[in-house]
Amino acid sequence: MKKTLFLAAAIGFAGLPVNADERVAVIRDDIVKKECGACHMAFQPQFLPASSWRTIMEGLTDHFGEDASLDEETARHITGYLAGNAGRSRGAKTAIRITELGWFVHEHNDEVSPRARKKAGTMANCTACHRGAEKGYYDDD
Amino acid sequence: MKLSFAPLAAALFLTAIAPASAGPDQDSVLTYFQQRADSAASPERGKSLFEARHGGGKPQTPSCTSCHGGTPSETGKTRAGKEIAPMALSRTPQRFSDLKKVEKWFRRNCNSVLGRECTAQEKSDFLAFMMSQ
Repeated sequence: MKKTLFLAAAIGFAGLPVNADERVAVIRDDIVKKECGACHMAFQPQFLPASSWRTIMEGLTDHFGEDASLDEETARHITGYLAGNAGRSRGAKTAIRITELGWFVHEHNDEVSPRARKKAGTMANCTACHRGAEKGYYDDD
Repeated sequence: MKLSFAPLAAALFLTAIAPASAGPDQDSVLTYFQQRADSAASPERGKSLFEARHGGGKPQTPSCTSCHGGTPSETGKTRAGKEIAPMALSRTPQRFSDLKKVEKWFRRNCNSVLGRECTAQEKSDFLAFMMSQ
């Protein structure tokens, strides 16, 4: 039992959307780039599984505390792209915050100084530290 | 006879509140809301709307200034840390030229800040204020 738990934890932490030295594929859809990048960096779809993206897209009128609603056609298009390029599903829980995922917490917890965190304002502000985040580079930390 | 002065009055009015930086696209966007409003656009009322702390919206965004900065000429910042170009037309000359885009952001942000849609009067006032800045 103990061994199984350890294994699960190891897979959980190793369960990054890509290997650490690999680049995350960039968003190649102009509508996704524009609409998802209006208020924050457009996060690459690989960071969440399809079910999470669908949940997010269904709740745009209260998107992390703001109304980010879109017309139906645009929303459908974006959902299709996000779900079609989504990451693997991990666990039964449908996470909607990338920053709460096990691998994210593991990667950031001890590495981010209070000063860097303050400068970024929020952990959702990838480009504050990862200059190449929009191009899929997250290795510059 | 009285009616025939209406377009002239409207034209004079737009000239009066819209500075030189407002192009034909901005004029037609403002006119769109103006025609649906009860009274003439008031930049002063627009200023109050922009600066006020409203109730009824989402707690994270009590005011327009929560994200847009204290004045229209300031660069704002979204809650996720992305910069927002100043709202003042003189600072961001391409603003308010696309009706669809203007409507989209009024819909979202009025709901976030006030918890409801804005009226045509409020939109008209708001635009008049931003175009005067």
